Amino acid sequence: MLESLSREVVVGLKQGLHARPADQLAREARKWHSRVELVCKGQRVDGKSILDVLTLAAEEGTRLVVEVTGPDATDAMAAIVRLFEGNFNEQGEASADAGGRPATGRDANCASSDTSRG
Amino acid sequence: MKFSDFVAVDAIRSYVDASTKEGVIREMATALVDAGRISQADLEGIVRAIMKREDLGSTGIGRGVAVPHTKHPSVDRLVGTVAVSQEGINFDSLDGDPVQLFFLLVSPPDRPGDHLRALENISRQLRDEAFCKQLKAAKTPVDIQHLLEKADDHGMVS
Repeated sequence: MLESLSREVVVGLKQGLHARPADQLAREARKWHSRVELVCKGQRVDGKSILDVLTLAAEEGTRLVVEVTGPDATDAMAAIVRLFEGNFNEQGEASADAGGRPATGRDANCASSDTSRG
Repeated sequence: MKFSDFVAVDAIRSYVDASTKEGVIREMATALVDAGRISQADLEGIVRAIMKREDLGSTGIGRGVAVPHTKHPSVDRLVGTVAVSQEGINFDSLDGDPVQLFFLLVSPPDRPGDHLRALENISRQLRDEAFCKQLKAAKTPVDIQHLLEKADDHGMVS
């Protein structure tokens, strides 16, 4: 049965979703059969591609919507949300109150979206 | 952020002598010293810091591309350079392929946003296979500089 799930997460990493967490995210996403996409400020990218994830330039506080569709969507979503909640195991990152919780109207978006595009 | 915002033109290399990960990182960091963008005194510290970051997981992100990087207090703005290896270098990359295109970044510790936007630009441009192919075929630093300028002018990245 194909499941389709959507959940909002917040980037809790002080350094944002930089190369190492982007790699972790893409690696985790590739473990599952389901399609994994990230949506942020009108951009939808493939969560299984590190290049795609990096194009979000998601800074600390950025709200992302994780969309997972496929036969193992529930488990895939849980694994991905766990990465955000655990702040991707980054040392020195406060995880108690920052990662992965539902967004609460915090005013932050993709870093790339607040500049004009040429 | 555009390539021209962080790439030190004088440090671009279209040829590398090195055949190892540390070798190419050292060669690129030395190019930044020669271009006057980082000081000789900081060279070893920066190379060590970049290698330490590589130990956490390769920055070889696939498609023959690597983005070795570190934060370092000696720079007050993001500085980077580009190198092309014709032969390709084993970089323990995510897809196992040798790396031909290197984008080395050194950023101030307190500017994570700039680092993210540089990564954004690099990854967005490198999704364009034609751009990757042209860079890999570049024969001189000036060729590379022109390709970066062209990407800056025509790319989608602001």
